Amino acid sequence: MSVLVFLENWDGRFKKLSFELVSYASKVAEMLGEEVVALSIGQVDASELEKPALYGASKIVSIEDGNLKAVDEQAYTALIAGTANQLGAGVVILSNNNNGKSLAPRLSVRLKAGIASGVSRLPVSVNPFVVYKKVYSGKAFSNVEIKTPVKILTLAQNSFELIENPKPVVIEKSTAQADAQLLKTRVTEVEKQTGKILLTDADIVVSGGRGMRSADNWGPLLEMAELLGAATACSRPVSDEGWRPHGEHTGQTGKIIAPNLYFAIGISGAIQHLAGISSSKYIVAINTDKDAPIFEAAQYGIVGDALKVLPKLVEKLREVKSK
Amino acid sequence: MKILVCISNVPDTTTKVKFVDDLRKLDVNGIQWVINPWDELALTRALELKEDASNAVQTVTVAHVGPASAEPTIRKALAIGADDAIRVNTDPEDAYVVAAQLAEVLKADPYDIVLCGIESSDHNGSTVGGMLAEMLEYPSVSCVSSLRIENGQPVVSREIDGGKETVSVPAPFVAVVQKGIAKEPRIAAMRGIMSARTKPIRVFEPKAIEGLTGVTGYEMPKPRAACKYVDADNAGQLIELLQNEARVF
Ligand SMILES: Cc1cc2nc3c(=O)[nH]c(=O)nc-3n(C[C@H](O)[C@H](O)[C@H](O)COP(=O)(O)OP(=O)(O)OC[C@H]3O[C@@H](n4cnc5c(N)ncnc54)[C@H](O)[C@@H]3O)c2cc1C
Ligand SMILES: Nc1ncnc2c1ncn2[C@@H]1O[C@H](COP(=O)(O)O)[C@@H](O)[C@H]1O
Repeated sequence: MSVLVFLENWDGRFKKLSFELVSYASKVAEMLGEEVVALSIGQVDASELEKPALYGASKIVSIEDGNLKAVDEQAYTALIAGTANQLGAGVVILSNNNNGKSLAPRLSVRLKAGIASGVSRLPVSVNPFVVYKKVYSGKAFSNVEIKTPVKILTLAQNSFELIENPKPVVIEKSTAQADAQLLKTRVTEVEKQTGKILLTDADIVVSGGRGMRSADNWGPLLEMAELLGAATACSRPVSDEGWRPHGEHTGQTGKIIAPNLYFAIGISGAIQHLAGISSSKYIVAINTDKDAPIFEAAQYGIVGDALKVLPKLVEKLREVKSK
Repeated sequence: MKILVCISNVPDTTTKVKFVDDLRKLDVNGIQWVINPWDELALTRALELKEDASNAVQTVTVAHVGPASAEPTIRKALAIGADDAIRVNTDPEDAYVVAAQLAEVLKADPYDIVLCGIESSDHNGSTVGGMLAEMLEYPSVSCVSSLRIENGQPVVSREIDGGKETVSVPAPFVAVVQKGIAKEPRIAAMRGIMSARTKPIRVFEPKAIEGLTGVTGYEMPKPRAACKYVDADNAGQLIELLQNEARVF
């Protein structure tokens, strides 16, 4: 038996989440007395393939089918399920990101495996198999028992730390190929931002709300993000107004993120916004209204005008960074 | 073309949730039940597609797996503009049961485009759409932020990490939709509310299907430590605290 992890790459390199998944899987495997096998689908740089071993994978299976440029949910499901069956995997772990949400439910049916999605902690117990997960958009948590012999978990991004646990590793280049009959979707156009920090991957996120007042005021916020190596985000009305791109909108109906540090600048802290960011380790609030609900979620706060506070923060950061 | 929109019935997003029965059941007292926000957007988009005759969409149907107490939510979907509704009469144990009950109905009565939301705002599963597609052996596209019909062929945009893809996919298929699929949810007008009363809801009795998972109990989040304030005139001090106390950079 083994714990199977589905790795993801971006431009030929494994995403950080892939290593989070392996770190998490290693701990689950420890609880079960099993080994971690990591599956990579797609083209990755040769030097990358060994990296999952650093976090505890003892075997890497790599499927590099040239026909698989984009994720086709049926074809990928068949490949992952095939690998899981071959290995007799008892637990399959994916990220709870776009790809994981696309594939895990199909796999669940294919493998007759119960699923717990968006988990952020190790299982409470493995016999019975019980995991703790967020429900009601972060307003509560539930303990879910998976009753089937095979279990599927999707791990919330940034919720589990990288834990080094180097293992000798076997790399297996699989000749498995996507079933052409299943490849029914066709990608006709790709818009990809390269070289930028992915919002869902970022350790630090600087986010602005309607309190920023207009699209023209974003300069110092972007500058602060740049200095911190942070991704930028916004509240829903900001993207609705077109002040910032839609991909930046966080919250219940936008992206759900869990960085180490989240700056909520001119954001009131509506419950639907908090649903997307409440798992952040630290939240900093900057708001003119001392009663804004965001201060209840924040660990650090400044009551004041963002347009005046931001330049001061930028100035201080420059000073700190130049040291 | 026939479009089906799967709707889940959830507490209004502003609800402060509480649990009873030794933290084993949601306290439904005073909860206002609504159509799951993404499903409302999916329905809106389906109706937009139907209104453009060139898309040749004949009907928009909504489907729900749930007890009779969910009918007000179904009626709301009909009032917004759905033509008819399907309800499978059971209180589902988990997402697998929801998908399997829907699959049973759809095998006998297929639709060209099946829309599900990316997640229901109560159990945050993100699973019903993909499960349903696998059970029906339909292709699926998830994280869909736009849907149109071009020369009779569905074309969607899908969000990927750090980008977006345009995908063409043959019907029948399942689209799991998220933000962007429609701009604003439609609100029922008076005329819609009147006509919804007479629109048909077909009720199906459930098949015997067991869930794969079960909730053993709920927990409330731990309260966070109180906020530490930095004076606005001395904002730079915040950077020092983040660096030396929180040690986040
Ligand atoms: C079903 C549903 C889903 C939703 N999903 C989301 C979601 O995913 N994400 C989301 O963000 N919202 C979502 N919303 C909207 C949400 O309810 C709020 O309306 C929204 O989050 C408010 O955005 P905001 O905080 O930027 O604006 P506002 O609520 O207008 O708050 C602006 C804040 O800025 C402060 N301010 C004003 N001027 C300044 C200044 N100069 N300096 C500093 N502070 C200042 C104000 O005191 C105020 O607190 C959803 C709503 C619904 C009904
Ligand atoms: N009881 C239900 N009846 C019909 N559709 C549902 C039900 N529950 C969930 N769905 C659909 O599945 C989507 C995702 O739900 P979930 O997988 O529970 O997060 C929802 O947005 C609905 O489209």
